[in-house]
Amino acid sequence: MKKEGEIRIPSGCAISAVISKDGNKMTGEKIIESMIPMHDRSNGLGGGFAGYGIYPDHKNEYALHIFFNDKYRIEDCERIIKDSFEIVKKEIIPTRKIPEITDEPIIMRYFVSPLFSLLRSLQLDEKEFVVRIVMKINTEVDGAYVFSSGKNMGAFKAVGFPEDVGRFYKLDEYEGYSWTAHGRYPTNTPGWWGGAHPFGLLDYTIVHNGEISSYDANRRFIEMFGYKCTLQTDTEVITYIADYLIRRQGLSLTETASVIAAPFWTTIENKPEKEREKLKYLRTMFSSLLITGPFSIILGFDGGLMALNDRLKLRSMVVGEYNDKVFIASEEAAIRKMEINAKNIYAPQGGEPIIVKVKEGKF
Amino acid sequence: MIKLNASNLNFDTLNETVRKAKEDIEISDCLGQRFIGAGLSDKNLTIKGTPGNALGAYLNGSTISVFGNAQDAVGDTMNDGKIIVNGNIGDCAGYAMRGGRIFVKGNAGYRAGIHMKAYKDKIPALVIGGSAGSFLGEYQAGGVIIVLGLNSDKNIVGNFPCTGMHGGKMILRSNCKGVIFPQNVRVSPAEKEDLEEIFSYIKEFCDHFGFDANEILNAEFTVITPDSNNPYKQMYVGN
Repeated sequence: MKKEGEIRIPSGCAISAVISKDGNKMTGEKIIESMIPMHDRSNGLGGGFAGYGIYPDHKNEYALHIFFNDKYRIEDCERIIKDSFEIVKKEIIPTRKIPEITDEPIIMRYFVSPLFSLLRSLQLDEKEFVVRIVMKINTEVDGAYVFSSGKNMGAFKAVGFPEDVGRFYKLDEYEGYSWTAHGRYPTNTPGWWGGAHPFGLLDYTIVHNGEISSYDANRRFIEMFGYKCTLQTDTEVITYIADYLIRRQGLSLTETASVIAAPFWTTIENKPEKEREKLKYLRTMFSSLLITGPFSIILGFDGGLMALNDRLKLRSMVVGEYNDKVFIASEEAAIRKMEINAKNIYAPQGGEPIIVKVKEGKF
Repeated sequence: MIKLNASNLNFDTLNETVRKAKEDIEISDCLGQRFIGAGLSDKNLTIKGTPGNALGAYLNGSTISVFGNAQDAVGDTMNDGKIIVNGNIGDCAGYAMRGGRIFVKGNAGYRAGIHMKAYKDKIPALVIGGSAGSFLGEYQAGGVIIVLGLNSDKNIVGNFPCTGMHGGKMILRSNCKGVIFPQNVRVSPAEKEDLEEIFSYIKEFCDHFGFDANEILNAEFTVITPDSNNPYKQMYVGN
């Protein structure tokens, strides 16, 4: 079979998330369960999760999760890692052998700290340095793929149904203050472990339901800034856009939402003057980062989540609350599976970002 | 009446049970099972919980009552019968419906009544008690869409209502100040005859959900119909 990135087949999916605003820890069980009522939105060709706050013992190191096609790739990849980082800990990510998940690659995790002397000589910001190394491995080491690279968080993904992927990775043994999940129904690519969601770069992860039609326009723009889209899948480019706008351009989350799901010009014209000028500026300045076509996405980041629909709202997304928790999912049933008594069930407007942050100091 | 607990039932088992039953059914603990009541004509359903997408798709005469919220595509392509939702509904309710009635106590998501149609005595109706999201009545080709804006401080409808509308009628319980309609429709305050025409729908809505019809009707209403002198051109290109 051809791998992801080598073929394009001319998407349905399921997304889900939960976050505790008080920073209370939850195991991965609930988020796995949330995918059960949405089982038929996926076809078994990809499932994945991201957990935040799951590595408290290594919270100051970057956690690199890497797929290796075979053991010979490990050496090539580790050479790059060792040239750039101090490896504080290296281990195989524990998994359960279950019949539903087969053909797994070698799945490793490395807790690493960038070499200070190297950072200083390159005069690079630490995060930018990490991004460059991740891009280097993913483009230069054939058969190795870094699929998670943030601090105190991690993505876990595989080919399979999401419920099975969650059991495979033993997510019931992790505890995080925030979780996102994805069930995949790939339509443009054949479905490979690296192409499952979430996509991640640093602490930013994206789970996505939809199919963006602006992929090539977005890709051409973002690749000018050192990002390499290697998988032909639209979610990868959304992840890099988020990193570019938030980390590198310093935009707020709301501003980022106004770029990628920019309102129609007619809608902008009817806004109050100050808001109108700002929206015009963002649409003009970052016109190549407008994402068109259907999407509902959940962006995970250190201490929070942002959910967003395309401006025409061509995919479903619902938000609910219960005590300290906020739930987001493609279907209300998924929220009720996590918390039957969820309140304030609400479907955000197209282009209306829902931003939830853990209270200051609680994570 | 048969009682059926839906916990942990997948949608095909649930729907198979519904199809085979010889009498009305009450489904409890429903959670996301899709296509419930698809094509049904010979029995009625009561659903407690959250039914999944495409509830009552192709419905053909049955009545489905939901105690809870319903998700997307309620009454997709339904032909006859009734769907009564004591809660909110998701996007695309009444998608291409060609007969029957849908009553919703709460709010509707995006694209309610998209491409509803009508033929001779087949006149579908969608009555929304709360507010409706954007693209209400998108490509509406027939039938009646009524939005009452009760219990809601939100705008009665979101952006771009009636985009591509070319048939049927929409009636909103509001003076619609601030609502931007497209060029292809005629917008006017409701006349006495318009309200008489929708009275039976309002009456039935009130019977289902316990409101007073006269109170509801004692308000400003706006009627929107397609303007055949200025037909729909395009929206998605050039913006």
